[in-house]
Amino acid sequence: MTATASAKGVASAKGVATSRGGASLEDHVEAPSTVRTLTLAGAINAGLRAAMDRDPKVVLMGEDIGALGGVFRVTEGLHKDFGERRVIDTPLAESGIVGTAIGMAMRGYRPVVEIQFDGFIFPAYDQITTSLAKLHYRSQGQITVPVVIRVPFAGGIGAIEHHSESPEALFAHTPGLRIVTPATPQDGFDMIQQAIASPDPVMFFEPKARYWDKGEVDTARVATQLDADAGASHGTAEMGRARIASPGSDVTLLAYGPTVRLALQSAAVAAKDGVSVEVIDLRSISPIDFDTVLASVKRTGRAIVVHEAPVAFGTGAEIAARIAELAFFHLEAPVLRVGGFHTPYPGSTHEHDYLPSLDRVLDAIDAVMAH
Amino acid sequence: MAGIGPLSEEGLVRLLTYKGKRVKNARFEPYAEDITVDDLRSFWRNMMLTRAFDNEATSLQRQGELGLWVASLGQEAAQIGSASVLRGPDYVFPSYREHGVALMRGIDLPEILRTFRGHQHGAWDPAAHNFHLYTLVIGAHSLHAVGYAQAMDWDGLVGSGKPDADGAVICYFGDGATSQGDVNEALIFAAVNTAPVVFFVQNNQFAISESTTRQSKVPLAQRADGVGMENVRVDGNDVIAVHAVTRWAMEHARSGAGPVMIEALTYRMGAHTTSDDPTKYRTRADEDYWRERDPIARLEAYLTAIGELPEDFVESVAAECKEMGKRTREAVRSWPKPPKHLIFEHVYAEPHARVEAERTWFERYEATFADAEGAR
Repeated sequence: MTATASAKGVASAKGVATSRGGASLEDHVEAPSTVRTLTLAGAINAGLRAAMDRDPKVVLMGEDIGALGGVFRVTEGLHKDFGERRVIDTPLAESGIVGTAIGMAMRGYRPVVEIQFDGFIFPAYDQITTSLAKLHYRSQGQITVPVVIRVPFAGGIGAIEHHSESPEALFAHTPGLRIVTPATPQDGFDMIQQAIASPDPVMFFEPKARYWDKGEVDTARVATQLDADAGASHGTAEMGRARIASPGSDVTLLAYGPTVRLALQSAAVAAKDGVSVEVIDLRSISPIDFDTVLASVKRTGRAIVVHEAPVAFGTGAEIAARIAELAFFHLEAPVLRVGGFHTPYPGSTHEHDYLPSLDRVLDAIDAVMAH
Repeated sequence: MAGIGPLSEEGLVRLLTYKGKRVKNARFEPYAEDITVDDLRSFWRNMMLTRAFDNEATSLQRQGELGLWVASLGQEAAQIGSASVLRGPDYVFPSYREHGVALMRGIDLPEILRTFRGHQHGAWDPAAHNFHLYTLVIGAHSLHAVGYAQAMDWDGLVGSGKPDADGAVICYFGDGATSQGDVNEALIFAAVNTAPVVFFVQNNQFAISESTTRQSKVPLAQRADGVGMENVRVDGNDVIAVHAVTRWAMEHARSGAGPVMIEALTYRMGAHTTSDDPTKYRTRADEDYWRERDPIARLEAYLTAIGELPEDFVESVAAECKEMGKRTREAVRSWPKPPKHLIFEHVYAEPHARVEAERTWFERYEATFADAEGAR
């Protein structure tokens, strides 16, 4: 398939990002601005559509992403509008999906692949860690592999085994991969486009329990930024920047993806007790924006990391270690971590005992404030 | 089978037409000719019980009692027919939809729902039933099946010269799984090691929304040709043909002659799971076509035609099915929520310092709530 052929695909896809799409995912349109109210799933859907409109080399691949629109409907409508050449229902083989995406990327395509559930990514682990992550390094920078791997991840939805896992640290431990996770519809819309524009492989972890949360999305912002980049930084820098989700002065609460909402709830409750909590949405796990993290911790002197993944050997361990290395003398209390246990993800009956909860985060806030 | 697609009904081994007429197949007739009327009634009863349980589980999910259900609706003949030939040390590796096979292995069917209610990941003792846990990671268990089969061979359970004492492994998976690397590796390992394993593929025509035509250009059984493995395609909605073909295959494997791949062409009459909506990707006409080929109705038509489905038997099975539904409902609702400390059980066979530390922390943490309540 040549570039000419794929350009035809785009010519046949009508309209622009803001004009249509995902009607069933969309709450309502507030005319006349570029701001829309979307769910996280709808925002990612709109972001994918915008990226496909912008770049004819963007192709989607995955299991059930075509007529069905994906099991979470994140690709709904795209198969109909862009056709089966650009929205590809693949055979049921995750290694095959990622492996073939690498080959396509080597010819200048930008494959965005969907792994149906977190727990099913492991057949592709070999391709991701030994090929995708290393090709740029092995070729002394001659080969770029701009593959985006979308992974609905984390728990809290009452699912069966293998459908609630948080494997981000396994991938963050692999040099060569960028790891990001949006927590809001705005970030879902923006970051998926930044991820696609990035020349590096990006693992895009989508907090599935937050798919139906609604929020306002300004669809113009990211387009302006990507157009301004014109192939320079490709949005990678912006995508990797942490966001202060709620300012505070006593404790820095670090969260990402599914735990950002929990962190904000915790901050609100703590505020009633007179504790001022700053919530930072990391957005990127590899790299971590330590400029933002350290600036906050140096002000508050206290840090807590909250993630669903097991605490042992997790993202929180890396953050705590870096804070100890770079802000030790600013600390008023040990850095604490709230997260999953060193057990497999339990049956759904017990998932809320396993997952970080409001009580457990508040407990940690009390503990660091006791110092 | 050259030149036909993966959904072709051409060349399928069939001993019962879809209207319930008994037909002959020269190669497999010897494996069906001694089937008695009692056997046939038993097939019918077990298919009915499986469906009754399955329908009840679907209802329970709709009522919010289960997180999810994976219906076996329409695949009863493939499951009951194949499992009906198992005996002795035979060992089963199911995927996650083999409720009919579970019944045949003596699993108390409602117990399966502990998993789908979110109480525990595995709901039975595999060794007690020679029936492994359900595996949700598509195709992963196919390799376990091969290793288990090789070990059975090393342990003298295969080709011993005493056919009644010999055993083999049967491994179930679906059409989608045949695309997985693990399954292709399993075929290779089984073939080169002459492992006593039968791969039983239920081609139910859909991997969630994707037609088998997205997995293969040729019949799935032909995958085995590439590794030099015996294979056969059977009408998966014909319980007699499935029984005959699987009986041959298991005898072949038990004798030490090597692995076999069986492809049973059937149809997933329901959704992939209760979370799925098949109207998005298949037609009513397609569903109607296959409803006419319902495996239970087919055997019923045959038994009726030969005058061997007496009223009192039908009534007794109907009563059993009703009882199955009632028992399933009552069982699910009677289970207490398992204690929280189960999160920390069985992660390792021997104590692990990290898990124990977290368990201790958790118990103390939980106790603070009890203290708080006590103080009120």
